[in-house]
Amino acid sequence: MNVQFRDRPEPASSASVKTAIADCDIHPARATRDELYPFLARRWHGHLETFGVHAYQGMMEGPPYPKTQPNASRRDAWPPEGGQQGSSLSFMQKQHLDPNNVALGVLNPLGATGQGMRNHDLSAALATAINDWQIEKWTSKDSRLKASVVVANEDGMAAAAEIRKRAGDRNFVQVLLLSRNVEPLGQRRYWPIYQAAEEAGLPVGVHAFGFGGNPITASGWPSYYIEEMVGHSQCQQTALASLVLEGVFERHPKLKMIMIEAGFGWAPSLSWRLDKVFEKLHGEVPHLKRKPSEYLRDHIFWTTQPMEDPERRDHLFDVIDWIGWDKLLFATDYPHWDYDEPSRVLPAGVSDANREAFYLTNALKLYGIS
Amino acid sequence: MTRHVIAPVDELPPGTRKFLTIDERPIAIFNINGEFFGLLNRCPHQGAALCEGPLIGLAQSSNPGEIEYTRHGEILRCPWHGWEFDIRTGQSYCDPKKFRTRAYPVNVEPGSSVVKGPYVAETLAVSVESDYVVVDL
Ligand code: FES
Repeated sequence: MNVQFRDRPEPASSASVKTAIADCDIHPARATRDELYPFLARRWHGHLETFGVHAYQGMMEGPPYPKTQPNASRRDAWPPEGGQQGSSLSFMQKQHLDPNNVALGVLNPLGATGQGMRNHDLSAALATAINDWQIEKWTSKDSRLKASVVVANEDGMAAAAEIRKRAGDRNFVQVLLLSRNVEPLGQRRYWPIYQAAEEAGLPVGVHAFGFGGNPITASGWPSYYIEEMVGHSQCQQTALASLVLEGVFERHPKLKMIMIEAGFGWAPSLSWRLDKVFEKLHGEVPHLKRKPSEYLRDHIFWTTQPMEDPERRDHLFDVIDWIGWDKLLFATDYPHWDYDEPSRVLPAGVSDANREAFYLTNALKLYGIS
Repeated sequence: MTRHVIAPVDELPPGTRKFLTIDERPIAIFNINGEFFGLLNRCPHQGAALCEGPLIGLAQSSNPGEIEYTRHGEILRCPWHGWEFDIRTGQSYCDPKKFRTRAYPVNVEPGSSVVKGPYVAETLAVSVESDYVVVDL
């Protein structure tokens, strides 16, 4: 009669001491809509209640949530005290940061944060509020967490002002843009953002999603969420081609950008195509001094969630070798449903040095954290 | 193989599930309309606590445009990435040849046999009059 028999399993992850990791895509949420009110001028409280937020994209009630799971999140990520997944710091610590030994967690707030709104004054006010909220509720309470400067992306001047306001504040480690905007991201209206980010020494993260008013795919609105999921790579490819060809990296040689949550397996072929057409068409873009692939390799970093998962792991390694083991940043996407479990994403056969770069040191270096 | 007494049948009414650890293994026992099922509570994909997920049905299609929704409540969907598993066999629907979670036979035994039989129980005082849920591991 010597059976081990416990009523509730221990969480498997707390059993072992794991090596420290950086998680470059964590989504903090608000428990309630009015959680931002203390950071917003009074006039906007009434405005939000009377008019709501006005996105460029129609059907605002439809696209964002729920997707696949409530709030597009892991079903086990509801905080015990109530509120949305991702809205409780103590539960995030207990479920994710502590057991996975997250040494650095980069916060990327989504939802009604001010990005992609038609009222640019509201957009700027919400962006400032969400940045203050990130400090108050998250980074000041847990030094492992770092915030993103959320900006009113469609208003370059307002966005630049917000970046300058946060410059030098080590609560913030990057500027956050989304991949779907009113125009491709290299266009002039966004240039003040890159100018201010370069001056502030902050990399610019481009997270999948956004509400630019354009369809999710290059040829219109698809029927299925699964099409939207693969559509993210199209958006990021458009963004990257635009950034390179408009000369953003020529103008800002120190600017670093991070492509978040859109995969990276397509990066080599995009580069090859760009280089090939560039041989013939470079007369159209004489402001470029180097091949497109060179700008991409020097300026672009990639987060891992979602990791491509080919049947043969050497295919994955080939792609990473091309991109560079120094350009990948590990991310879980906690608490969203497509979350990646740190101990399970990287196949065996990676050297210790590359493994450490992948999980931790690339991010520490890029974000300037020692 | 050892048989373990899990609980008196009344403690696991239809629609409920019970989580426990036996021999270091996380297990969940389900009562679906009076039938009992046992699964390893660890997803073969990335290791989520699989049995915390919802029980759903199976959407199947023989031709585009024709969709049948069957086996309501017999398919377990992982709380993380939503992979679907047949609660009867542990087989996954995304890649049934490659991915399955361990399914364990669960039975209901009368108290008299539980007391006599080769069963192991630590926390339950087994009384002869009731029926018990028993899992083979
Ligand atoms: S961990 Fe279960 S589907 Fe991924």
